[in-house]
Amino acid sequence: MKKNLTFECETGNYHTFCPISCVAWLYQKIEDSFFLVIGTKTCGYFLQNALGVMIFAEPRYAMAELEESDISAQLNDYKELKRLCLKIKKDRNPSVIIWIGTCTTEIIKMDLEGMAPIMEKEIDLPIVVARANGLDYAFTQGEDTVLSALVQRCPQSSKSQTKNQQPNLVLFGSVPNTVSNQLNNELKKQGININGWLPDQSYLNLPHLDQNTFVCGINPFLSRTAITLMRRRKCKLIGAPFPIGPDGTRAWIEKICESLNIKPRYLQERESFIWDQLVDYCELIKNKSVFFMGDNLLEISLARFLIRCGMQVYEIGVPYLDKRFQSAELNLLENTCRQMNCALPRIVEKPDNYHQIQRIHELKPDLVITGMGLANPLESRGINTKWSVEFTFAQIHGFTNARDILELITRPIRRNRKIQSIESVQKYIL
Amino acid sequence: MKLAYWMYAGPAHIGTLRIASSFKNVHAIMHAPLGDDYFNVMRSMLERERDFTPVTTSIVDRHVLARGSQEKVVENILCKDQQENPDLIVLTPTCTSSILQEDLQNFVNRATLNTQADILLADVNHYRVNELQAADRTLEQIIRFYLEKQTDQRIKTIEPSINILGIFTLGFHHQHDCRELKRILNDLGIQINLIVPEGLTIDKIQQISKAWINIVPYREVGLMTAKYLKKKYGIPFISTIPIGIIETSNFLKQLDSEIRNQNPNYNFSIDEYIKNQTQFISQAAWFARSIDCQNLTGKKAIVFGDITHAVSFTKILTQEMGIQVLCAGTYCKHDADWFREQVEGLCNEILITEDHTQVSQMITRLEPSAIFGTQMERHIGKRLDIPCGVISAPIHIQNFPLGYRPFVGYEGTNQIADLIYNSFTLGMEDHLLEIFGGHDSKQVITKNLSPETNISWSPSSLNELTKIPGFVRNRIKRNTEQYARENKINEITLEVMYAAKEALAPQ
Repeated sequence: MKKNLTFECETGNYHTFCPISCVAWLYQKIEDSFFLVIGTKTCGYFLQNALGVMIFAEPRYAMAELEESDISAQLNDYKELKRLCLKIKKDRNPSVIIWIGTCTTEIIKMDLEGMAPIMEKEIDLPIVVARANGLDYAFTQGEDTVLSALVQRCPQSSKSQTKNQQPNLVLFGSVPNTVSNQLNNELKKQGININGWLPDQSYLNLPHLDQNTFVCGINPFLSRTAITLMRRRKCKLIGAPFPIGPDGTRAWIEKICESLNIKPRYLQERESFIWDQLVDYCELIKNKSVFFMGDNLLEISLARFLIRCGMQVYEIGVPYLDKRFQSAELNLLENTCRQMNCALPRIVEKPDNYHQIQRIHELKPDLVITGMGLANPLESRGINTKWSVEFTFAQIHGFTNARDILELITRPIRRNRKIQSIESVQKYIL
Repeated sequence: MKLAYWMYAGPAHIGTLRIASSFKNVHAIMHAPLGDDYFNVMRSMLERERDFTPVTTSIVDRHVLARGSQEKVVENILCKDQQENPDLIVLTPTCTSSILQEDLQNFVNRATLNTQADILLADVNHYRVNELQAADRTLEQIIRFYLEKQTDQRIKTIEPSINILGIFTLGFHHQHDCRELKRILNDLGIQINLIVPEGLTIDKIQQISKAWINIVPYREVGLMTAKYLKKKYGIPFISTIPIGIIETSNFLKQLDSEIRNQNPNYNFSIDEYIKNQTQFISQAAWFARSIDCQNLTGKKAIVFGDITHAVSFTKILTQEMGIQVLCAGTYCKHDADWFREQVEGLCNEILITEDHTQVSQMITRLEPSAIFGTQMERHIGKRLDIPCGVISAPIHIQNFPLGYRPFVGYEGTNQIADLIYNSFTLGMEDHLLEIFGGHDSKQVITKNLSPETNISWSPSSLNELTKIPGFVRNRIKRNTEQYARENKINEITLEVMYAAKEALAPQ
């Protein structure tokens, strides 16, 4: 059995979503925002197909579609963008426009960061620039670029506030309001009040930040935001595992309590109460093996939770691993493996899907967590799969939602139990 | 720059990939950034494809920006050549790679020296052509690539035979249409030489010239190839779209006369066949005559879609069912003249646009009783309470039905008649319900189903409840109240709701 976690790095030939997909959940979270993706037909086509029905609900995002004349600089970028932004302001009246820079704006070196402050004054509307492009980032990292751009817009605390009070606590990461309410409640039980969320429901409601502010992330892909918070706003980062699964949630709360010098209360009871509720699902997946192909950066936390549930993890593919930001999570993973007395999984950064599929054929895992481009072909080869994107859109944080994660994980197993009895059918599927 | 929310036709590389991945044992390598391989998801999800989509990416990242792709593209080609052993690799530029202006042809030339596979650079300009144009072009390019070195001489098959050009992946009902065409050709005693490109292997391409005639069932993709084959080998082609009773019979008559041209002894009574099929296989002609359909007379409809389906439906609605088409439109701007020519005189207005808001405005203004369009028109219809039949891409997964649903040929006419009729009756039913005050079950639905309690909901928890999707809301409400009762709680707050979720979950 391996003693320490091992890290490998492959070719980076893997399927994932383009990071501009973050507009899908962020425009819903920040209710007074408008996202303008400055890119080509390719970006637009991706968004329209990936977001499915959302596209028909008059979303608060649009493409600024670059045409040949924009690429060859026959048109003036600034004038063109201003025309579009004025139209957005007139039609939608948002509190902020967020420009999403794409691969194309990178390559033609469109100076979005330079133009934004000038235009902002001219059209009297905040403009935030985030470069969420496929040259640099994968899928959920798009949210990271947007949040780290928003950090700059958070107000400084006023002097009177900072003097007498105990330190602020601000949580960062975008989750549906239901989940943020749940996490707020969880901390309230420990006597901790949260001073704000980044992002909140409204752009006008960004949290105050200063050197007395403790910040803590709730998602593993927010390393850039964490760095911006520390370096630009001098905030104190609480490096905790992420509140995914009851074990993660407990460790997350404990770490926050520790940082704020608070003794956690009834946490163990709370955790075991939740585990009791999960027994039936854990029974289903116990000793079953799982293989993460990797595409959304939630993999380490999910793997750690599944090991604790009794699963064997063969491989954790992950697009990018910030070992500093995820250090507490990686520690918890190691400890969990020891506690459960199971082999340490191999962690593969920038995986190569082709090689992974070879390994899957060799290892024959009971479940492969993968993207939608590979799920059906794997199923047709008799390998159970679960779409990884669902973990990004489902509510998976905190004690309350632990069951939802297992609901997703066990779904293929439960489905197969139901249809397995029909042997004659099975014969034709495979 | 253009403010856009939605587009009808995708970017060029999608067209290229659709053609390349339709051939058997052809691999496409995209020169693109991470995340541009969404095509694989679409093919795997919409077509419910069992095999891995033969498309990979040579990823453009920061290093490539700094130093060019250099060895990377070549290495990826060589690697795929060894891993998958394809007959042909199509290097596919994307919008991103096309502005890098790297000499991809040079990479292709270099890689060719060391691969078993042939390698081809897809010749499409991303800023000038759309998905459909690119598909048409790529198909011609691949066929031409393999026929170029051939002589212009050809040996025809002894019996009359045809090629079907333009059946490919992610096409609207292509699989079903292809099967229906096969059935008809089989009836006529015409052999199918090749179906291009779906399922075709590269080594068969050279046999393409054996066919007597090429048929191009869809206007958008295949015409270029047909024209090329006509020029090189003198193979005539038929581009009449065999959708609807009238056009199917036109198509068959042309086919018949082409075969007679080449073989005067061909002895088949096409008129007899058409008559029989129209009477006994297709129910559409009788259906249009039946008393039910009288009610459709003068009903107003709008048609929008790709050229093939928009033209066909406009003809069917007006000429075969007596329905008035207020406006016929298409998003295929590049072929607008042909479209105008075809629908001239059959509709009041013609709309040629790629902007869905214009289509939406037109529909709002004209208030038809049914729409025949794409998924976008279906959603516009939903908003305006106008029924819509989907007749053209862009489409969703429900437009890839498992059952047999051709649009072409005689079975196609049945499917189309159902589609049209159902769209209108549903509209009628809705209308009558409106007049007579709706279903009388309305009151029962709104009545609170859970027993009266003295449990109250705090404003924030009520607010939370409204956010829960409608179809589970009542169940959650009941469960939460039950939990509250069991725990002697009188007021339901957010905390109580969450606690109820945790406690009641395993059921």
